[in-house]
Amino acid sequence: MANNSPQIPKVAELMDKIKSGKIFSEIAKEITESQIWTSAFRHGYADTPRNRVLQIASNVWLHLHPVKIQRHALRIKFTWCMGGITFLLFLSTVVTGVILMFYYRPVGEYAYYDMKYLQYDVPFGMLMRNMHRWAAHAMVITVWLHMFRVFLTGSYKPPREFNWVIGVFLVTFTLLLSFTGYLLPWDQLAMWAVTVGTNMARATPFLGNEGPFAEFIGATPRYDVRAMLIGGSVVGPPALLRFYVLHCIFIPLVAGALMIVHFWRIRKDGGISGPL
Amino acid sequence: MAEAAAPRKRVKGVPEKLHVWPYLVRLEFLCAILTIVALTVWSIVIDAPLEEAANPTKTPNPSKAPWYFLGLQDVLVYFDPWFAGVVAPSLIIVGLMLIPYLDVNPKGNGYYTYHERKAAIWIYCFGFLVLWIALIIMGVFLRGPGWNLFMPWQYWDPHKVVALVNVDLPYAFGVRTYNGAMLFGGAVVLGYFGVGTVIYFFMERKALKNVGFLRMFLKIELFLVMMAIVIKIILRLGFNIKYVWVTPWFNI
Repeated sequence: MANNSPQIPKVAELMDKIKSGKIFSEIAKEITESQIWTSAFRHGYADTPRNRVLQIASNVWLHLHPVKIQRHALRIKFTWCMGGITFLLFLSTVVTGVILMFYYRPVGEYAYYDMKYLQYDVPFGMLMRNMHRWAAHAMVITVWLHMFRVFLTGSYKPPREFNWVIGVFLVTFTLLLSFTGYLLPWDQLAMWAVTVGTNMARATPFLGNEGPFAEFIGATPRYDVRAMLIGGSVVGPPALLRFYVLHCIFIPLVAGALMIVHFWRIRKDGGISGPL
Repeated sequence: MAEAAAPRKRVKGVPEKLHVWPYLVRLEFLCAILTIVALTVWSIVIDAPLEEAANPTKTPNPSKAPWYFLGLQDVLVYFDPWFAGVVAPSLIIVGLMLIPYLDVNPKGNGYYTYHERKAAIWIYCFGFLVLWIALIIMGVFLRGPGWNLFMPWQYWDPHKVVALVNVDLPYAFGVRTYNGAMLFGGAVVLGYFGVGTVIYFFMERKALKNVGFLRMFLKIELFLVMMAIVIKIILRLGFNIKYVWVTPWFNI
């Protein structure tokens, strides 16, 4: 009976702590002063201006950023966050793509059955394939939106002209990455979409066998720019191998190099654009 | 020296700077988490398509390019492949790259504005939203067998009968000889670009000195090519015109 009464103010005290949010700092204190925590982390993080700068400047992954940024550059309404999301989606396709490469062989006889194997036998194979494909499609959309935002804010204007040019290359390579990957499942959808796409190449003026002025070059179905692209006169196993190498090695390397320049130029051109 | 003494107005408007850590990094982190969660949920819920094994002897009808190229595939209805599949995409890429060098309007640099750059916004939005996005949506949802146009409620009939009533523009104007038609078509196409260029240069004659001849020339030619695609679409859909200019080497 008697020991019930002192507990009432304790409950009220607890409610006050929860309401004021003080409880979180108390829990944090409890954790960070525990023996386990202090044995793992040798010192705490003091939130000082100097430390804020060092967090960026002395971190290999974060030092891509400037240490300070204009207030408007944080507004989603201004940036749409599309450039960053595009890069994140690219990284997602790299991770899932490397996993898929462990199971997939770009050979006419095997490719389609490796897809079946991936989907039905490999643990999380279907999920990896879905994430790879949807990230690629999403990346096409986000890169267009990023470009649209950059245009609407006039961010291609001096001094950022050249970074816009790099950006147009990156849009093009995003589409080419997606297009070369489209063939790899080696199903009807893949083969005929790529047939439709690469058929355009045979109409190239001068260099395609059905293009204007082809007779001046002597282009034939087996000897023109399309045959060079797909390694034959139809989309067959040589095309599969070529698209695989382009998709997994060549275009990612080129696009990656261009991304390095793109991000570097953002910094060198004065950071993210803003009202002058 | 008088200039140095002048008051520097911009000091008041200098934006406040914030630390990237934590303000930007936490925002990026949040964005990344949301994106990855959305991607994961999307990938769990919807499977990527896998049709039957590739078969070069069995052509599906319709055969469609990947969805992001369907705008270009739709332009194939109106132009031969050398233009729709090769020249037009090249011009799009080159034209986009040239934008910063052709648009010399110093206003609207780094902020949203419509009133300070109306023409630029209109042209880009028309090219992107209408000629690119709208044609893609049409290509994905409304193009059926034989690349014929089907409304969403219509059955995709592979045997749909479409009357071939298209004629070339010179024929529609009563030119019946081959060489006559070639000269007529050439006059129309070259005349379109010539007259368009002259009108633009006349209207912008005061700007010529500042902007420069090459800039203005490239600007108007790229614009005229973009508009020519629209004009050809209208000529085909409205007036059943197949080609404007027929030559032994190429047709437009």
